[in-house]
Amino acid sequence: MSKPVLKISNVNKSFGGLQALRDINLEIEKGKVHAIIGPNGAGKSTLLNVCVGLLKPDSGSVTFNGGINVIGKSPHEINQMGLARVFQTPEIFPDLSLLENVMIPAFSKRDGAFHLQLFRSLASETKITQEAKEVLASVGMEAKADEIAGSLSRGDKRRLELAMCLIQHPDLLLLDEPTAGMARHDTNKTIELLKKIKEGGMTKIIIEHDMHVVFSVADTISVLAQGAIIATGTPDEIRGNPIVQEAYLGGAEL
Amino acid sequence: MMNSIKQQLMNLFKKQSDLTTILLFAAGVLTMPIWLDPIGANYPDLLQKFVIFGIFAVGYNILFGLTGYLSFGHAVFLGVGSYTAVWSFKLFTMNVLPAMLFATLISGLIAAAIGFVSMRRSGIYFSILTLAFAQMFYNLAYSVLIPITNGETGLQLRMHDIRIIDNYFSDPAPGLPSTELFGMSMNGYSGFYFCAVVLILAFYVAMKIFRSPFGMKLKAIKSNQHRMRYTGSDTRPYLITAFIISGMFAGLAGALLAVTDPLAGAERMQWTASGEVILMTILGGVGTLFGPLLGVGIIKYLENIFSTINESVLQQFFSFLPQWGENFMVAIVSPFVGDGWHLTLGILFMIIIIFLPGGLMEGFQKIKKRYLTKGVKDSESTTKQE
Repeated sequence: MSKPVLKISNVNKSFGGLQALRDINLEIEKGKVHAIIGPNGAGKSTLLNVCVGLLKPDSGSVTFNGGINVIGKSPHEINQMGLARVFQTPEIFPDLSLLENVMIPAFSKRDGAFHLQLFRSLASETKITQEAKEVLASVGMEAKADEIAGSLSRGDKRRLELAMCLIQHPDLLLLDEPTAGMARHDTNKTIELLKKIKEGGMTKIIIEHDMHVVFSVADTISVLAQGAIIATGTPDEIRGNPIVQEAYLGGAEL
Repeated sequence: MMNSIKQQLMNLFKKQSDLTTILLFAAGVLTMPIWLDPIGANYPDLLQKFVIFGIFAVGYNILFGLTGYLSFGHAVFLGVGSYTAVWSFKLFTMNVLPAMLFATLISGLIAAAIGFVSMRRSGIYFSILTLAFAQMFYNLAYSVLIPITNGETGLQLRMHDIRIIDNYFSDPAPGLPSTELFGMSMNGYSGFYFCAVVLILAFYVAMKIFRSPFGMKLKAIKSNQHRMRYTGSDTRPYLITAFIISGMFAGLAGALLAVTDPLAGAERMQWTASGEVILMTILGGVGTLFGPLLGVGIIKYLENIFSTINESVLQQFFSFLPQWGENFMVAIVSPFVGDGWHLTLGILFMIIIIFLPGGLMEGFQKIKKRYLTKGVKDSESTTKQE
């Protein structure tokens, strides 16, 4: 087995009396799409926030790319490590054009957390402009490159946000409910897109409600219930696992 | 065919190269004495104010326009620039270049300190912090800092100032010396043209920043700072840099105020002066290159020309009407001119904020768009007829 991109060891987290995460151990393999599913309140979002260093666990460790500690790092440090994130409600730059939206993360990737280049002309940034156009094309939005991002539909905003992450070629991409609040048509489009990126070999963690999405794109699925991981396996194993069916799916056939 | 012409027209408006923009701008600024003559604004004192406050507003726009951080304390840097320049005149030389250099550097240093603290907060809290700093400096100028500021009298040139560099090369001439650039006096029109050249340079710097990846990053911070952090950029140093740059522009403007009139007073640092530059920026168009300059023009014009119109001027203006009509019009108009010019400014400001929240530049954009799209529709209909 290759080295895990992200390693979560013995993580516990409680809010007051509520134990949100119990002794979580998880290894995310390189090049795999790892889905985390579970009913509402199972601790999915808490786990995600621990993964990106936003929440400090009570005990345990989260390490990235073979031993780099993640806990307590600020968002830009996490991103510079190679971890990009798609939010539950799309976070884009609503006042900028789509092209600019995609160029900004490329600049951050190239320039680091802070770089002073007051007089470099944007017109001379042909490489990044070209790259941004290609990435926009890969999510099917090249025609809208000069539009202002704030006027996009929710599904388009999500695709744009995905493009913003893709241009950085992150080692790990975290997707928090990428199809939340989307119409069926948009969901299918997103699944196609996720499958396409999967071929590129990017490691991903997907948190998702929609079973259709999860079983379409995931290599490995972990099931979270009441703050603990009750099963981890391939989609087929999870589908046939009686514990999972009992705890999460309420005994219903999948 | 028509479409390609339209495309070319659009490109001409949209993608003006840096060189075209700055040449047009320079031509506009340097010919101000000519085209401002018909509206009675062609006198050196006012022309100097136009360009000096132009520099102030262009710099302020780098902070407020690009990052959206509303500073209520930028007059501090105007004041610091003036004091530094006058001290340079007193201690070293009447040459204006060292004075401008020192003023810009020292305002930059103070901006770094104020920015470092104020940028810990955003939104209204940032504004209040900058306001607090400004009022602190304003009051210190009248108390603890009197040795530097000379309190209410203001800092002035004196006969017995040491002026090390000037006095080393030549004996002091009788009378108060005046500011100069290698022998060229900075009074009247030569002062205006010098400040105009500085404005053109300052505008060029601002334009380069607007059209750089740095400028784009500042716009991204304004648009969604949360996303900017998760995109791998540490937003704080970017914001502090923008604050320092705009502080340096303000310091330079302050120095030029002292260059054209070598006197520095603390009233320059009062919060109303900070409020004025906000007004100018919003009036013209926040975040646009030319908007703040338009705002400066309007406010300074109202302040200096409108405020001098009195009843006899109005009577003359309406003298073509019958006596009762003349009296009626004078009675109606007089509250809005002279001392009442603030009323005109207030109404103008309200109209613009309500109908054109993007400032006058938004108005121009709308007119341009309507004109261009109308042109296209016309051409389409003619092609159909053909």
